[in-house]
Amino acid sequence: MVEPIIRLDNIHKSYGKDDILKGISLEIMEGEVVVIIGPSGTGKSTLLRCINQLTVPNSGRVWVDGVELTDPKVDINKARRHIGFVFQDVNLFNHLNALNNISIGLKLVLGMPAPNAKEKALLELKRVGLEQKADLYPGQLSGGQKQRVAIARALAMDPRVMLFDEPTSALDPELIGEVLEVMKKLAREGMTMVCVTHEMGFAREVASRIIFMEHGVVVEEGSPEQMFANPQFNRTREFLGKISELYGKHTE
Amino acid sequence: MTEIFSGLIPYILTGLQVTLEVTVLALGMGFLIGLALALLRVYGGKASSSIIAVVTMVIRALPHILLLLLAYFAIAAVVNLTPFWAGSLSLAIISSAYQCEILRGALLSVGAGQMMAARTLGMTRLQAIRHIILPQALRQAIPAWSNEAAIVVKDSSLVYVLGVPEILRKAQYYSARTYQPFTAFIAVAVVYFLLTFLTNRGLSALERKLRTPG
Repeated sequence: MVEPIIRLDNIHKSYGKDDILKGISLEIMEGEVVVIIGPSGTGKSTLLRCINQLTVPNSGRVWVDGVELTDPKVDINKARRHIGFVFQDVNLFNHLNALNNISIGLKLVLGMPAPNAKEKALLELKRVGLEQKADLYPGQLSGGQKQRVAIARALAMDPRVMLFDEPTSALDPELIGEVLEVMKKLAREGMTMVCVTHEMGFAREVASRIIFMEHGVVVEEGSPEQMFANPQFNRTREFLGKISELYGKHTE
Repeated sequence: MTEIFSGLIPYILTGLQVTLEVTVLALGMGFLIGLALALLRVYGGKASSSIIAVVTMVIRALPHILLLLLAYFAIAAVVNLTPFWAGSLSLAIISSAYQCEILRGALLSVGAGQMMAARTLGMTRLQAIRHIILPQALRQAIPAWSNEAAIVVKDSSLVYVLGVPEILRKAQYYSARTYQPFTAFIAVAVVYFLLTFLTNRGLSALERKLRTPG
């Protein structure tokens, strides 16, 4: 039997009286591209952050690549090295140019010698089509370019899985395409990806599974074909209809 | 007139080295203490953060001359320091309270996302603070810090009351000896102005040099 690369078991998270996640269990296999959709405030981002323990769940257990991250004895910094995370608001290191944004993790976290780190960083920039921008600072890049550098930064660590938290939601519409292209390429290369996104074109094209969440629970999940053509719940149909109208067009 | 250039100025300038030393020591030690306090306030536990908040508030609420005298006699009761060192250390402690506030603001101005991004790469909190947060925060802090530097340049004159022979005390001696207080104090005023002016200019140049492009 093949072990799932990500396993969540009955994850609960609340902030004060607000229950954000009400018992989420999920298994993701290597190479799967899982797209999580759902109305805002539903706990999609919180769920993603629970995977790499950026948010620590109140209860429940998380395994990534065979390591239980919710085990208090686990070295979380070591575990996070191989879980790539891409933020909605990008969060490139503002004082470092594109190249150093990528190489700093290699040097500090993986202990790679500076010349090797530079070489690897340039390679990763090339992978996202930005090798010409190596010397530019975040303030000199467009939103789409910044997000591609952020993806390259995560990829440089040779992640086993990549988590995307609404990577295109803060971008101008005409810049979304270039980021989605990079993500699609990654998906086709076989990367395990969990993406919170409303880009239905992307979901249709590369997702192996779509998960619809609402009010802290998984309402329904299935293949894109099944979810788009024949959702079991009216709520799913209604939501998919709405976001396809809003987000689907420019990527089709 | 020749007396001003042959007598007064050389005499006051013999105190310049002391003024500069007191200023640099107070600013430097004040920076190290202030930075430690700011880091504890922002990243430390609730208890340490509250204690530091109260202490820095008290320091900032009292006249510097009063604090200097209090600190001087407190230090003198514990260790035997020369007035020069006791004075410099006292000024450093006073300045650290202000620098703590400056640096705290600068640390907080770096968005929380920077820390999160660093942690997702697997950096420890300490690595993230040192390599991601501090380089950005210190750049942010330069303009406010430059203001504090100018204040410390001027506050170095306070060690006068401890008998440390810096430029103000030298001017005082000169005035007592020659009965020309006005000339003496004007000369000292010019020296302070130049010191403050050059400090600010130097720090502005540093700020421009370190500015992140874009």
